[in-house]
Amino acid sequence: MERLFNFVYTYRAFFTFLLLELFCTWLIVQNNRYQSAAYFNSSNALFARIHTVSQNIRDYFSLTDINAALAQQNNWLLKKTTQQSQALHFRQATTPTQNDSSRIKQYDFVTARVINNSTKSYKNYITIDRGMDDGLTPGMPVISAGNVVGKVKTVSRHYAVLISLLNIDEQVSCVIRRTGHFGTVQWDGVNPLLISLKYIPRHVLPRTGDSIVTSGYNAIFPAGVYVGKIKDVKLKDEAMFYDISVEVGQDFSKLSYVQIINDRLKKERDSLEVHTTGEIK
Amino acid sequence: MSRSIIIQIILFFVYVLAQALLFKNLVLFNNGFCFLYIAYILLLPIETNSLALMIIGFLIGFSVDIFYNSLGLHALTTVFTGYVRNYWLRVITPQGGYDAGASPALAENGAQWFLVYTMPLVFVHHLILFLVESAGVALFWHSMMKSISSLLFTMTAMMLIEYLVPGRRRI
Repeated sequence: MERLFNFVYTYRAFFTFLLLELFCTWLIVQNNRYQSAAYFNSSNALFARIHTVSQNIRDYFSLTDINAALAQQNNWLLKKTTQQSQALHFRQATTPTQNDSSRIKQYDFVTARVINNSTKSYKNYITIDRGMDDGLTPGMPVISAGNVVGKVKTVSRHYAVLISLLNIDEQVSCVIRRTGHFGTVQWDGVNPLLISLKYIPRHVLPRTGDSIVTSGYNAIFPAGVYVGKIKDVKLKDEAMFYDISVEVGQDFSKLSYVQIINDRLKKERDSLEVHTTGEIK
Repeated sequence: MSRSIIIQIILFFVYVLAQALLFKNLVLFNNGFCFLYIAYILLLPIETNSLALMIIGFLIGFSVDIFYNSLGLHALTTVFTGYVRNYWLRVITPQGGYDAGASPALAENGAQWFLVYTMPLVFVHHLILFLVESAGVALFWHSMMKSISSLLFTMTAMMLIEYLVPGRRRI
């Protein structure tokens, strides 16, 4: 027994090294799990406040970009509402109106300011200044001017951390708008402006410039949120699927304000699916 | 003695905050990162023992992780750097050994020794960091490129600070 203690004592540096590295590995694995309840990240109030101060300074240098983005967003919204009201007008004239108020009010939006953002790591996260008090829960989708940004990972009372679309672990179910075929977009970790679209089978004919939108199948994003447009299509001889690179619609390095979507009917849908299949997908 | 400990504690916070507020925003061509906080571990006095180095390494890595939202990643790599630092110092001992209370600073040992001492450690730190982050070998060559460009950036920043900040030799 004494020799054992002597042995451990002699190699105490090595054993401490092993212990600390194991602990770090455990932390990494915990942190990689989607919706982990992490306390030590930038949604922690103290660290978020430090980020807010630094973002306040940075904001002055990007005011022009923020204004341009907001103007663009206004333009997009104006176009959308005009189209919508015209469509509504047309439909009222031809068919009976849809008056299910829970359908009309299905989506609710919370606007938040980005206080910490990265695009250059393999696993990028975004910190925003809204949290539990504003009704955020893990798993909510986040958009910016109609473009996919990511989803909420952890929340504290006043802050939240999002998994950016530019995270090699993040996958979003998508559809090619022109052809209607489903695939999955996932970032390959190299270029923050390009993202790859996977699992599009050989018989489909995707073209450069086709729009990619969310499919609404993975129960996170509502259907039809813009992801990007196809930039390059490759098909290897023996491959089952295309290699498609998609130019993202959102320049993540210029992200300043985002909208979190609160789906009021999500619980109903989830419980129905759980009730039918017996498990959460 | 106690004075130098207080200075080291202040330096700890200076390094972490500088990393979180300044160097985190400096990324060159999407590839070159500046992880200057590693200099804190490398510049601790030569006679600091491995246990202390690893624990300090863990603390500084953990603090940086909170700002990078990458819990455990920087801690893992700095603990590793802290562990191998003393072995590497022993390998490159100059003739006649180190003086008592010496620090591995550039001013005391010269630029050539300093480069031989820091470059491999910084490179290994960066390489492990990017490989663990990408969680596999699929992005190996991209990680390698990132490590080399980050090595150049970090080393440039470290050398500049070593030349510009006077009085480091007394700490």
